[in-house]
Amino acid sequence: MRKSTMFLLITACNLSLFVLMALHARLSQSQGNRERSARARLVKELRLTDLCLFTEARYTRHPSMADLHAPFQDHPGALEHFPSGSLVTPPAAATRSHAQFP
Amino acid sequence: MHSSLNRHINILDFALSSLLRRKTKNSSLLVLYMLIVFIIASLIFFVHALKREAALILKNAPDMVVQRMIAGRHDLIPVSYGEKIGAIRGVSAVVPRLWGYYYDPVFGANYTLMVPDNRTISPENVIIGSGVARNQRIKTGDLLTFRTYDKGSLLLQVEQILPYESELVAADLVLMSASDFQAMFRMPRGVATDLALTVANPLELITVANKIVEQFPDTRPILKSEILRTYNSVFDWRGGMMVVMLGVAVLSFVIFAWDKATGLSAEERKEIGILKSIGWETSDVLLLKFWEGAVISLSAFLAGVVLAYGHVFFFSAALFEHPLKGWSILYPQFRLVPAVDAYQLSILFFLSVIPYTAATIIPAWLAATVDPDAAMRS
Repeated sequence: MRKSTMFLLITACNLSLFVLMALHARLSQSQGNRERSARARLVKELRLTDLCLFTEARYTRHPSMADLHAPFQDHPGALEHFPSGSLVTPPAAATRSHAQFP
Repeated sequence: MHSSLNRHINILDFALSSLLRRKTKNSSLLVLYMLIVFIIASLIFFVHALKREAALILKNAPDMVVQRMIAGRHDLIPVSYGEKIGAIRGVSAVVPRLWGYYYDPVFGANYTLMVPDNRTISPENVIIGSGVARNQRIKTGDLLTFRTYDKGSLLLQVEQILPYESELVAADLVLMSASDFQAMFRMPRGVATDLALTVANPLELITVANKIVEQFPDTRPILKSEILRTYNSVFDWRGGMMVVMLGVAVLSFVIFAWDKATGLSAEERKEIGILKSIGWETSDVLLLKFWEGAVISLSAFLAGVVLAYGHVFFFSAALFEHPLKGWSILYPQFRLVPAVDAYQLSILFFLSVIPYTAATIIPAWLAATVDPDAAMRS
């Protein structure tokens, strides 16, 4: 077999996987929607405000509820010592100018 | 048309043979290239799916949460504030929320303790998130011990474990009765952690927030839009970890392109000279170099993206587990709903495939325009 034919076959396989990937994402939506609506119901019922992504500190567990002075201790944009602090940026309210409140 | 296709196939054959002659160098380049695409594509898939999930789930969050601030810190809010806030025009419901944090010294985990207002839990019973159950290795009917704030212990029976699907929002939740919550934290009566407001008309939210701040200057209203924006900025490119990862990836692409753009090796220059001397046109040489670049970059892009999809949506982004866990003991186990962001993938394609291919052609064009004799002698 010619090398070019072999390469084109491999690329075609890769492209098919690429298309299958997009198809899988589309087909998973109905199952995903069922699970998502269960989560959304719980959020509504318990009046939750945050995702449970990082449980290591108060202000990373509930970043949207964190008070203005606790998160990112020295400055709204400062990096701090919890690893998740380098993934979560300060809550929208903490970086907003207080002069234009709310 | 047919002869043009044949020309491309023949040149592609020659390009593949040329790449295979430097098998070790090119295969290690392909693997590294693929790894970088894999990391960036994994980040794109993970962040996009997570942000989408946050936006869709948290649209059910309270319209507004009102906190009380004392000396710059979040403090307990009197329930009487809620009664007055409820009288503001446009506010359809005010619900005091009782919730807080508990550090479990035995398992080293942090839990979120909460009193649900529309689910009855009898005293000495709890409903727990599946993360708590996994962490403590307990099941329905087992007993859970908490240390109260007056150094006593509180024994609670697990009434129910929240389903696995709820982990993303409730992995660390412990739902208990108001009396147990007050006994646990020695919390005074008539106060709440904060107030959850329902405002009938979303357009009135800002007006209502202004009225609340005017009436109670020690309060801080948090709008639903702010909650949603907070999650829109999670994994923002300005976050430390993201800057490092994206910086490394961009630098690697720059190094790859730089390596190609700074010139050809003596062997490659000689090869171009020979090809020109046996009758290859400059355009043929450029086509050859284009195919050499495209074979590496296109293969790396396609394989990297497909592997990243599998990594994020079939293996729950296992490689990101450690940075995501950080120092936390209790970490939610969730599988994200697959979502492909075509726009960001196109940007990745244009950032990874196009510059590399272009950088391969430029030095080849410079070499192909010189006299074959001079090229061979150099």
